[in-house]
Amino acid sequence: MTTVSSPAVSSPAPTVHTGLAPLPEPRGPLSAAVLAVLRGEEPPQRPDAAAADPYGDDLQLALHCCYELHYRGFAGVPDDREWDLQLLALRGALEERFLAALRADVPPDDDVTAAVDELLVEPVGPGAETGVSHHLHRRGELWQLREYVAHRSIYHLKEADPQAWVIPRLPRAAKAGLVSVEHDEYGAGDPARLHATLFADMMRELGLPDGYGHHVDAVPGATLAEVNFMSLCGLRRSLRGALVGQFALVELTSSPGSERLVRGMRRLGCGPAAIRFYDEHVEADAVHEQILRRGVLDPLLAEEPALAADIVFGIRAAGFLGDRLGTAMLDAWAAGRTSLRTPLPDGPGR
Amino acid sequence: MPADPAHGTPAPGTPTRVTLTDDGPVLVHGPVEVELPDGRRLRSERAVTALCTCRRTRRPPFCDTSHRTRVREENHS
Ligand code: FES
Ligand SMILES: [Fe+2]
Ligand SMILES: [Fe+2]
Repeated sequence: MTTVSSPAVSSPAPTVHTGLAPLPEPRGPLSAAVLAVLRGEEPPQRPDAAAADPYGDDLQLALHCCYELHYRGFAGVPDDREWDLQLLALRGALEERFLAALRADVPPDDDVTAAVDELLVEPVGPGAETGVSHHLHRRGELWQLREYVAHRSIYHLKEADPQAWVIPRLPRAAKAGLVSVEHDEYGAGDPARLHATLFADMMRELGLPDGYGHHVDAVPGATLAEVNFMSLCGLRRSLRGALVGQFALVELTSSPGSERLVRGMRRLGCGPAAIRFYDEHVEADAVHEQILRRGVLDPLLAEEPALAADIVFGIRAAGFLGDRLGTAMLDAWAAGRTSLRTPLPDGPGR
Repeated sequence: MPADPAHGTPAPGTPTRVTLTDDGPVLVHGPVEVELPDGRRLRSERAVTALCTCRRTRRPPFCDTSHRTRVREENHS
């Protein structure tokens, strides 16, 4: 971190929570079956994942619940249910459906250099400035910013955790590079500077509950899908290339977007803890970009050139899911509606 | 370059590694103190610090990716 002048941060006290997420409400037969197993009940019948919308609420919530057992877990669910065979079988079927849809929606390509170069230009002009961060920069309202933060909380309250799964799966040089970025994401040894902590500080200053898993019921499948893709690639060694691609996409595109959010927040009069999270990411991710390219992608490709197509898949699939979510948010806001399943107190309804 | 495995910083007597990128910042490994033209000193505790060389950054002396090539897009595609 850079110590130029750190504003005195006085956020409200952290919400008291155990760190364990409450079990969400089911959204269809798949999530109902997974939740039944989590509760130790017999699921009604083995639901058919092959017929479900691969990006929809039901399948994505079901996957989210399967994955959460590998992170902090749910309140009231025994730790060992992580390895319940019935659950693992269900998860396998859900992943197969999700992955097949992504492989169909993202054209195959193994040109990593081209995929990376595409991310290293800054599109400007009327045709380019159409994303969520552009909207929040120039004209977004406070309730829209708060919704954006609620969506993002699904990832950022476990920021860097999905990418940590890949560490033991990398050859040495790429591992050293990736861990140096992760070290920074985890606060370089200081829990107060953990990016997940900075995000929670921002949530509280924006008046949002910051409990782990608090907003899961409120976010749509499109939000869960982005994070599920990270967990999927993190937990499956066969997708280690895709995980690195996903991480590269985030680190290569975050700086300019974070700068726009900082400006949007200043325009909206947000406080210092809110601004600090994205402010930290402008400079941090300018460095992380360099380490990801020179310290992770280059040595990984040198040692495992066969991963090229999966790295590009990770970049493009993460971009595809991010665009889907961005479009859903902007469409809802343009229609004067909430982008959440349940609106925040200060926003419009559905 | 041999590094102190316990700390990730160069062992005593090891020169500081400085990486010149062809497209953007200068990367300096290890915590640095940067002295600015006006005499101010800024510290960066990062394992790697990216110093702007393109002079377009909004956060001098640090790179904020403003060195990237701007591509104009007129219409929604
Ligand atoms: S070198 Fe990156 S902003 Fe100047
Ligand atoms: Fe981060
Ligand atoms: Fe980062």
